[in-house]
Amino acid sequence: MIPAPFDYVAPSTVDEAVRALADAGEDAKVLAGGQSLLPVLRMRLAAPTTVVDLGKIGELKGVRDEGDAVVIGAMTTHYDVQRDPLVHDHALLLARATDTVADPQVRHRGTFGGSLAHADPAGDLLAPALALDAEMVIQGTGGRRTVSAAEFFQDFFTTSLAPEDILVEVRVPKHTGWTAHYEKFNRVAQAWSMVAVAATVRAEGGTVAEARIGLTNMASIPVRATAVEQALVGRSADAETIRAAAEHAAEGTSPTVDGNADVEYRQHLAKVLTGRAVEAAMAG
Amino acid sequence: MTAMAEPEVGRARVRKEDERLITGRTRWTDNITLPGMVHMALLRSPTAHARITAMDTSAAKEMPGVIAVYTGDDLDPGGEVGMPNAWPITPDQKTPRRPMLAQGTVNFAGEAVAAVIARSAAEAEDALAEIDVDYEDLPVVLGLDNAVADGAPLVHEDMGTNKSAEWIFDSSQAGSGGDVQQAISSSDVVVTRRFRQQRLVPAFMEPRSVVVDPTAPQLTMWSATQVPHILKTMVAMTLGLPEHHVRVIAPDVGGGFGGKLAVTPEECAAVVVAQKLGKPVKWTESRSETMVSAHHGRDQMQDITISASRDGTITGLKVDLLADMGAYLGIVGGGVPVLGAFMFNAIYKIPAYRFSCTTVFTNTTLTDAYRGAGRPEATFAIERIMDELAAELGMDPMQLREKNWIAHDEFPYTTVSTLTYDSGNYEAATAKAMQLFDYDGLRREQAERRDRGDRVQLGIGISTFTEMCGLAPSRVLGSLDYGAGGWEHAAIRMLPTGKVEVVTGASPHGQGHETAWSQIVADQLGVGFDDIEILHGDTQSSHKGLDTYGSRSLTVGGIAVVKAAEKVIAKARKVAAHLMEASEDDLEFADGKFTVRGTDTSTAIQDIALAVFAAHDLPDGVEPTLDSEAVFDPENFSFPHGTHLCATEVDTETGQVRLRSYVCVDDIGKVINPLIVEGQMHGGLAQGIAQALYEEAVYDEFGTLTSGTFADYLVPSAMDLPSFTTDRTETAATSNPLGVKGVGEAGTIASTPAVVNAVVDAVRHRGVNDIEMPLSPMRVWRAVHKGDTAAGGPGAEAGGGLGSIDSAHGGAQ
Ligand SMILES: Cc1cc2nc3c(=O)[nH]c(=O)nc-3n(C[C@H](O)[C@H](O)[C@H](O)COP(=O)(O)OP(=O)(O)OC[C@H]3O[C@@H](n4cnc5c(N)ncnc54)[C@H](O)[C@@H]3O)c2cc1C
Repeated sequence: MIPAPFDYVAPSTVDEAVRALADAGEDAKVLAGGQSLLPVLRMRLAAPTTVVDLGKIGELKGVRDEGDAVVIGAMTTHYDVQRDPLVHDHALLLARATDTVADPQVRHRGTFGGSLAHADPAGDLLAPALALDAEMVIQGTGGRRTVSAAEFFQDFFTTSLAPEDILVEVRVPKHTGWTAHYEKFNRVAQAWSMVAVAATVRAEGGTVAEARIGLTNMASIPVRATAVEQALVGRSADAETIRAAAEHAAEGTSPTVDGNADVEYRQHLAKVLTGRAVEAAMAG
Repeated sequence: MTAMAEPEVGRARVRKEDERLITGRTRWTDNITLPGMVHMALLRSPTAHARITAMDTSAAKEMPGVIAVYTGDDLDPGGEVGMPNAWPITPDQKTPRRPMLAQGTVNFAGEAVAAVIARSAAEAEDALAEIDVDYEDLPVVLGLDNAVADGAPLVHEDMGTNKSAEWIFDSSQAGSGGDVQQAISSSDVVVTRRFRQQRLVPAFMEPRSVVVDPTAPQLTMWSATQVPHILKTMVAMTLGLPEHHVRVIAPDVGGGFGGKLAVTPEECAAVVVAQKLGKPVKWTESRSETMVSAHHGRDQMQDITISASRDGTITGLKVDLLADMGAYLGIVGGGVPVLGAFMFNAIYKIPAYRFSCTTVFTNTTLTDAYRGAGRPEATFAIERIMDELAAELGMDPMQLREKNWIAHDEFPYTTVSTLTYDSGNYEAATAKAMQLFDYDGLRREQAERRDRGDRVQLGIGISTFTEMCGLAPSRVLGSLDYGAGGWEHAAIRMLPTGKVEVVTGASPHGQGHETAWSQIVADQLGVGFDDIEILHGDTQSSHKGLDTYGSRSLTVGGIAVVKAAEKVIAKARKVAAHLMEASEDDLEFADGKFTVRGTDTSTAIQDIALAVFAAHDLPDGVEPTLDSEAVFDPENFSFPHGTHLCATEVDTETGQVRLRSYVCVDDIGKVINPLIVEGQMHGGLAQGIAQALYEEAVYDEFGTLTSGTFADYLVPSAMDLPSFTTDRTETAATSNPLGVKGVGEAGTIASTPAVVNAVVDAVRHRGVNDIEMPLSPMRVWRAVHKGDTAAGGPGAEAGGGLGSIDSAHGGAQ
């Protein structure tokens, strides 16, 4: 479990990092927290010639308020996201989901941007990003551009990032006062999600004024449960309404089959967990 | 009179070894660096069964830092070296040769095919990719039923069969019971089940590692092994080295669980390579290598039939096993299921019993000893079928057990499988456990939840287990054709300053022998706990031993320590009498002092040690030493037992199982250190529960291990387990002077059926009467909703995490 040899560079600005990637060509890799990349390198599933470490780029870390959005630097660790008051007040769903990621060691090193760029369909932060209509700010050789979460995630471990692109930050529209719940289903505490449901709602009285629901690991990319959202909005959130709405959760999903779950079971879980997530979100 | 010192035995001392282990201030095998040392990396077969048609190592030899590249033929041109199997279970057992590096064919994915030796570990690993091997695929044999089917392709073509041996015990032939077929056909009630013991990975914390230094006439080998003494003898025999030219050292070793009870191709290859090069060689495996190449455990198919009369009296028990050995036999090999043969009858009085076991080869990593070795499998099957029998009879499962178990006044009791249980009190342990658990209260809640049709149902699982441990009386091993004895050695050295060195042949790898042995010796000799050092794991200082496995260290090795201490005292008594000018018969020994009876004249053992060292004034004919050694060969096994009760909550909507409470009352006889016992119980329970709910080594149809990382092979953590309630009753073993029985495997053996029984109990009213292990949520959900007990089967692909990275990358290439 020793990685193949590679060159290592640790630039101090995003511009330098992009240049380093462009110089190194196709076989370069960006290193963020290393929690996914290092196992891949050690198992020699990938053998980049150059590793560009973003760890020394201060501008990629931290959370700031930009009016209608909370902006999270790509290199902000899970630990810092979990504890950030802006995230808590305006994107509670993200904080709740981040709480369930791995264990404290991993959360101290792993980053928000790394999780999104890695695009593991079982990763817990993709569905919340999608549900919250997050936008990815990307810098490449041609400058900066902004991509919606829906365009960003393309396939298993595949995003719209080109090899010389860096995910700089993520703009999360404020969902101030929304309650949220992330319902994660796995077999042991430190494991990835078999299925998970990210739900955030804005309630008015006992009625669902708005709802955003994202599903983890129900396809090669995160899935938005629009039919469930529609079935909830404008309704009083009683158990029967939630149950009936959750029945739509598996629509449009195409989950993978693995040792833990087949398609039928995953789709069944999606419905059960959606009901539970919405109920918990409504309860605040 | 001064007050007696508080005895050390029974004190919950924090372990002596903890500080260095926890702070990393120790030296593991991989930390050893010798001048001129080179590194070995192994290329492993990606395919499960193939003929090697060509291998080109020339490019690898040109890689930076590479010193040599070896194939199987390079290391063993004559094709004569095979790893040892010490337990041929039948005279006609088929034992294929297991080479150091594959020669001709590869028989499982992960078998080593070539070795690169380089100046650094990284360079060695880099060069592996440059070795070009041509494989011609052969049909892959997977699954026990497939392997024994007529016309099945063969793992070892030349053997003509995939069956290694068939071992049978029949009580009507042994004279210990009746004819089982007759018992079954004349009984009111017969219950039959097929249980699958899934394959497990021992998952020790420290990966295997070996360093061989050939630069002196006596070769030194460091290995992360639990059996340095066995390794020394076996390496000498396997490679034809003079045994006195081999020294083996097991430094601190980070866990084994049976997984390091082995003599491995990697160890032997390191010796041969070191000798060829005349340089020290190190090999340390990666976790990925451990998963595919260190031996696995379990993997049996158990067909079990129990018969009883309507009142619940058991009349017969019949067991037919298929045991998957993988591609080769390891050192214990077929002996693992045979050990289980004696435990299916468990704590019950069973009048007729028949056991048969066929050991089978498949194209998988070999299986061998894993915590409990044969006994967890047996305990699972009997404790599971006791619940099924109770359900069939409409009896409370605990009542059924009570009706059939050996009563406390019936000991010693010779069982239908011919073992004599020296002692036990199942009633006492059960009474205590039932009370701690609130059995009646939980049964009430269970009934209420059923009536209400709650989403979450409650289940109660019982396991009243026993095990044979303290391996083993040498004569019994002889009668079973095992290749060695079961004694253990100890020596005590009394140093001139009054300090004590204790040498033990047991070889700790995490258990805490240093602490427990110090406590024993402190009481025996009346010296301070901190004045005692325990030496182990180096065949130079601890020249004799049979190492640590099978809960044997205390019950055999600890007794050897007691016997050696008795000899020290006997020698000291002579000298004390001489020094105090008294008769030996007038001396009392207590608290480390010899006192002349009725006087206050006394001499401390430390003073005697100094006097003996000086040797100026010893009685005639007395050797100037108190040092003593002893070898203890037990006359019987020991038989710990316990009552384990588990309450599970089963979410019927998702199939998720949550352990609500777990109570165990174990009777392990006298306890040396309750804290160590507690640690062994907690770890053991975690491992047994892991088999019930989480762990499984899964192969796909090509024979690739898909659960090859800890992202896919689910080892539970404290987060997944409840807070255990552990308690004890104490019925002293009569087979050894300390009254101890052993605790190393108890938790693992007992807990698996308790958990599965609890889950099945929770959903029995939904028509479920079995669910295959591990009880994954999908399996439980399917059992409840589709009546499918084997649901979900072993999946072909791993789920999430690194596994999914693996398949995604694999697909992209
Ligand atoms: C034991 C363990 C358990 C885990 N459990 C979970 C879990 O339960 N849920 C979960 O969601 N995750 C889990 N993870 C993954 C964890 O969240 C990782 O932190 C995350 O997947 C990757 O983040 P990272 O910062 O470590 O990225 P890295 O590993 O450094 O990089 C991952 C990939 O993203 C690319 N990349 C990273 N940052 C950028 C960027 N700014 N621009 C462009 N490309 C970039 C890298 O090149 C690489 O390909 C677990 C990890 C471990 C080790």
